[in-house]
Amino acid sequence: MDDLVQRFLNGERRALARIISRVENETPEGREYLRALFPHSGKTHTIGITGGAGSGKSTLTGALAAEYRRRGKTVGIAAVDPSSPFTHGAILGDRIRMQDLALDPGVFVRSMAGRGALGGLAPAIDEVVSIMDAFGFDYVVIETVGAGQDEVEIAGTALTTILVNNPGTGDDIQALKAGIIEIADILVVNKADHPGADVLVSQLQALLSLAPKGSRRPPILKTTATRGEGMDALADAIAAHRVELETTGQLEKHRAEDARHQVLSIARAILLEKIRQATPEHELQALVDRVAARQLDPHSAAEELAAAVEQSEPRAIKRRV
Amino acid sequence: MTAPTATKIRVLIAKPGLDGHDRGAKVVARALRDGGCEVIYTGIRQTPEMIAEAALQEDVDVVGLSILSGAHLELFPRVVAELKKRGVDDVLLFCGGIIPDEDTKPLEDLGFSAIFRPGTNTQDIVKFVYEHVTK
Ligand code: B12
Ligand SMILES: Nc1nc2c(ncn2[C@@H]2O[C@H](COP(=O)(O)OP(=O)(O)O)[C@@H](O)[C@H]2O)c(=O)[nH]1
Ligand SMILES: [Mg+2]
Repeated sequence: MDDLVQRFLNGERRALARIISRVENETPEGREYLRALFPHSGKTHTIGITGGAGSGKSTLTGALAAEYRRRGKTVGIAAVDPSSPFTHGAILGDRIRMQDLALDPGVFVRSMAGRGALGGLAPAIDEVVSIMDAFGFDYVVIETVGAGQDEVEIAGTALTTILVNNPGTGDDIQALKAGIIEIADILVVNKADHPGADVLVSQLQALLSLAPKGSRRPPILKTTATRGEGMDALADAIAAHRVELETTGQLEKHRAEDARHQVLSIARAILLEKIRQATPEHELQALVDRVAARQLDPHSAAEELAAAVEQSEPRAIKRRV
Repeated sequence: MTAPTATKIRVLIAKPGLDGHDRGAKVVARALRDGGCEVIYTGIRQTPEMIAEAALQEDVDVVGLSILSGAHLELFPRVVAELKKRGVDDVLLFCGGIIPDEDTKPLEDLGFSAIFRPGTNTQDIVKFVYEHVTK
């Protein structure tokens, strides 16, 4: 490996940027960097910002980061925008809302394309967050795509998940009923300068009061991200949540679950790759054709593929001996 | 068009200075997106420092400057200097907008590999990027 790791550990931002690219592209080289730097991670507090498109996630992320800078803390930001399902290209525009931090040496903003991942994140988000963590940022903020009501993945990745709502949109309450509210550690009513903010706060309170007795009630905070209003209270609420995670043992539990999730999902990818390699493309196509022609059921076909791996493995070992 | 997870060409499209003409920059950003690139668009009113810092943090392969105000000979050298200062010395640089023919030479000398003027077919821009960036 080149001197990038050393430069990274010396705090050089260009080295950080380069390593993120290699990790994001999931190259073998990227995995080497991750291996070298992973031991340095585990110190940051990760914050997820989710909510509908246009709800103010990027603006809020920028305003929150500015609040952390006032408190003398450093912040890494990973902002995800969607990739086109047709061309696989993307326009990443979250930086537009984070201009005030553009030249702050204590802030690093990285735009990421969703690259087809489900759940509002990017395929390599965990790895990129680990790299930012290893760089030594006090906080790493992850902004999700914000496409829909099923963006629950973020709660597994971030220690504190913030759900952004807006007054006067009506469909918010629908989204909340759909279940996303359950992943929120903190609820934010952003655009509090618009009419209806207090109404939304009481609607949210009413909704939360329906939750089973003894379950956690996330705090509800009003913010006007464009003016930086409410950021002090938001940073305090995040700090309080951190303390709560530590004192209830949830922190360890969250980390263990996240580790399990990461290991299993990587293992799944490795196995799939092995399956693809054990069966030549024309054999795979033939198998798939039989399923399409209803001559074989999908389950049996998949088992055939998996069996091919088991057959090819011992051969590979023998060859090496 | 490339596979969803394949290594993507990353492009920064930036508008330096007080120039508010952003149609061209947006059209170019969209064309590159449709060509399969990941395009970081930072909006109008960017200082040379902001552009260079964004190029560094986003680790882009290409930096494209759009300008219609006539201030290119004043602003572009400063962008190039800020990029150099940060060690961002291996990006493909190009630009477009209202740029008189006689300014072609000084911009080429600065390191701009192409200048696209009004009326350019955006497909030519996409083609240029794919021909000059190898990933
Ligand atoms: C539309 C327009 C406006 C709109 C802008 C709307 C907007 N949000 O963009 C409005 C009405 C707001 C406007 C205002 C002004 N305008 Co005006 N405007 C134009 C006009 C008619 C068309 C520009 C345009 O949108 N073209 C369409 C886009 C798609 O084309 P494009 O930008 O050229 O981009 C193409 C290529 O150049 C290239 N390209 C561009 N950028 C990039 C970047 C990269 C990386 C690449 C690869 C390629 C590339 O690819 C694109 C696709 O082909 C031009 C005249 C002209 N014919 O260009 C004047 C023009 C640019 N304006 C001019 C002026 C003077 C002004 C004002 C100062 C007028 C005033 N006195 O108030 C203000 C300034 C506003 C400001 N804040 O900066 C002058 C500039 C003169 C100069 N440079 O010496 C022009 C040239 C008119 C003229 N002949 O005098 N304007
Ligand atoms: N009035 C008002 N507008 C806001 C506020 N926060 C964000 N916005 C605006 O809402 C729009 C979308 O914001 P953005 O941060 O890009 O939302 P995202 O898509 O969720 O990331 C922008 O025009 C912002 O300026 C706020 O608190 N009040
Ligand atoms: Mg956003």
